[in-house]
Amino acid sequence: MYVAVKGGERAIDNAHRLLDHERRGDAAVPELSLAQIKEQMTLAVDRVMTEGSLYDRDLAALAIKQARGDLMEAIFLLRAYRTTLPRLAVSEPIDTARMTVRRRISATYKDLPGGQVLGPTFDYTHRLLDFRLAAETDAPPPEPERAEARQDETVPRVTDLLNHEGLIEHERPADAAPVGDITREPLSFPAGRDVRLQTLARGDEGWLLGLAYSTQRGYGRTHPFAGEIRMGEVAVEIVPEELGFAIDIGEVTVTECQMINQFKGSKAAPPQFTRGYGLTFGHGERKAMAMALVDRSLRAEDLGEDLVAPAQDQEFVLSHCDNVEASGFVQHLKLPHYVDFQGELVTVRTLRKDHDKRQEAADAAE
Amino acid sequence: MRPSDDTLAGYNFAYLDEQTKRMIRRAILKAVAIPGYQVPFAGREMPLPYGWGTGGIQVTASIIGPDDTLKVIDQGADDTTNAVSIRRFFATVADVATTEKTTEATVIQTRHRIPEKPLTEDQILVYQVPIPEPLRWMEARETETRKMHALEDYGVMHVKLYEDIAHLGRIATSYDYPVKVNGRYVMAPSPIPKFDNPKMDRMPALQLFGAGREKRIYAVPPYTRVDSLDFEDHPFEVQTWDHACALCGSTESYLDEVVIDDQGGRMYVCSDTDFCGDRQAAQAQEAAE
Amino acid sequence: MTAAADLRPGLADPVLDGQAVFRTVLKALSFPGRIQPLPVALTPPPPLNPAAAAVLLALADLDAPVWLDPALDTPAVRAWLRFHAGCPIVEARWQGAFAVVPADGEMDGFATGTPEFPETSTTVIVQVAALTEDAGPTLTGPGIADTARVSAPGLAPEFWPALAANAALFPQGIDVILAAPDRIAALPRTTRITE
Repeated sequence: MYVAVKGGERAIDNAHRLLDHERRGDAAVPELSLAQIKEQMTLAVDRVMTEGSLYDRDLAALAIKQARGDLMEAIFLLRAYRTTLPRLAVSEPIDTARMTVRRRISATYKDLPGGQVLGPTFDYTHRLLDFRLAAETDAPPPEPERAEARQDETVPRVTDLLNHEGLIEHERPADAAPVGDITREPLSFPAGRDVRLQTLARGDEGWLLGLAYSTQRGYGRTHPFAGEIRMGEVAVEIVPEELGFAIDIGEVTVTECQMINQFKGSKAAPPQFTRGYGLTFGHGERKAMAMALVDRSLRAEDLGEDLVAPAQDQEFVLSHCDNVEASGFVQHLKLPHYVDFQGELVTVRTLRKDHDKRQEAADAAE
Repeated sequence: MRPSDDTLAGYNFAYLDEQTKRMIRRAILKAVAIPGYQVPFAGREMPLPYGWGTGGIQVTASIIGPDDTLKVIDQGADDTTNAVSIRRFFATVADVATTEKTTEATVIQTRHRIPEKPLTEDQILVYQVPIPEPLRWMEARETETRKMHALEDYGVMHVKLYEDIAHLGRIATSYDYPVKVNGRYVMAPSPIPKFDNPKMDRMPALQLFGAGREKRIYAVPPYTRVDSLDFEDHPFEVQTWDHACALCGSTESYLDEVVIDDQGGRMYVCSDTDFCGDRQAAQAQEAAE
Repeated sequence: MTAAADLRPGLADPVLDGQAVFRTVLKALSFPGRIQPLPVALTPPPPLNPAAAAVLLALADLDAPVWLDPALDTPAVRAWLRFHAGCPIVEARWQGAFAVVPADGEMDGFATGTPEFPETSTTVIVQVAALTEDAGPTLTGPGIADTARVSAPGLAPEFWPALAANAALFPQGIDVILAAPDRIAALPRTTRITE
């Protein structure tokens, strides 16, 4: 007799129990603590905060633990939590020139005010598996030399230096119009740069990386130079209505990338450099760089350049860069579709009958 | 806080915060006032994945109250896993009564079907919608499709349907078959089989459509004309089967085809489990009397 | 500025009352012309009437500003709406997501949306003393099985012609809620009006 493949509550409950079980793994191995994730999986935490669009290391660590290390799942968990939070205040723009810099490099100048600070980077590691880590001794790594804290010192951004010379486009807030927010107003096209940058900042790192790479291979070339990448802590300030002046509510770690791109000029603008901008929570260099490249590509239309490549197409890029949306929709194909499929079966069988009839008639005519 | 489950302590009634609900409610009211037009709304992340009914869930969460009785179906059935999961979500966060009986429900959230039993004025049917834009397959750009709707320029849709006729002798769309609402907007009925399209026409119940990922809400008010697009020489027609339901004998309901062996054996059963169950119960009752 | 303590109360349970009022408005818009009893009792500062007040508390907020006809625009009404709905009170008719006018108020000048975004239009709440389904012009359109009628005393002579003209703008246009103290009826832009 026919038994429908229908789950029901018991199946779901049990699936959840199985999931818990798999998450925990071998009970003989000590359970992972949130502190361990927060301290030792820092870049995973950073990515989850960035794409989860919520700066909270503890919650990001919890999400990573709950998601068994699946970062997209963790991002989703954080987003679904974030969306229920009340909005108590809107911060002032952060000032990255006043960042307490832990890493700062420029590919455009050999030296510059504030200096090049290599900081904690994989860049010049040889990618050799380090079997000392497998030994799991509790010995702390040797103490690094630390530069004196540069607190309260302004480290000018490379683009500001170019700006003094008038060689890079001047950028300032277009007007007093409020900055858009895609979590409050749906994205509509054409999207302004504020909304584009927000979408890219929340966007999937892999998607941006692929698109950025495509621009380097000729699909909408932008002649980029990594003007500057900096990572460190910046203050977050709000202006409470009752006070009327800004107060410091804490600091966040961010990575900022400013790409400098050649621009031949147009009727309205002289030849100059243009900018692509990327910003992430935490240490997210690859994402920030990819974002900056894609940001610049998406400015093609504003700058009067020919639109020839996918990375320049804002509807294409922005509509598909959210991995929570993409993951959900790709995976929804797991849901039953047998009603639609039955409709297709009926149609294809009918079309096949029509076809066969025509074929028979044609054969008979010969 | 009302939710009974500990993991949901601290969340608002029906999960969404009040500001979000008001935003969605305003969008719903505009959708009702402009039948078939897709109202953009700032869709929220929900604790269920995009593509799994987040639009329908947001609509349901924004309309539902403690006096409601909720039914959730997926593919016509109440006990498919996703229907169970969504029903359970609302039972937890909104503490509402749930039912599998079409006649008892005041709000019915559905994926891919319209119940076989006619709905009434006191019911609201909430559809989960994956792609709300009926013109999307002909024109991928939102900026373009928006213009087409504004200008009532639906030429591409007619060309597409006509191409089917030219190549295949008939319109090959079997689900999400486009409709025109109140003689104005072309609308995607969501991936219901075209078998269900005629039920939308002048339905006494309010029909609301929620597309979460695409962030659109649209509506068909009660007693509103819904015409399936067709041509005079190729009128709209619905699926038919040469079989009756193997469980209740219905020849009027939408049937699921079930493969019962690897020898080509098939059986056909109602996709609407409540409808089928009621018929079987009535037959058992008759037999007993 | 009125202190919060002097303010008349808002919805007793903002969550559940807000939901109940919304459902009443939804039903009213779904069945144009049909009178729907209001599920809550409010005592807003006059001349704002309880039904208009309930609709605003349920639906207006920071993102949905309100325009008040000069006849209703008192400091007490403003303070009450600002406190309970948190909505901006705007100066121009077309800026309001919602507008409240007296029965004989002017119906011109509100936002009617654009061809591409027809939903960016004002919902106009008309305060009336009473509502009846036994009189008024004949209404047809979505939400009306056959025909319907609704009327209210004191409507301006231009009211029905203005609404008939509004329907001709479809898909643009305003949507109207007639608010008697304890009941409402709605006339969305889809409703066609014939004598």
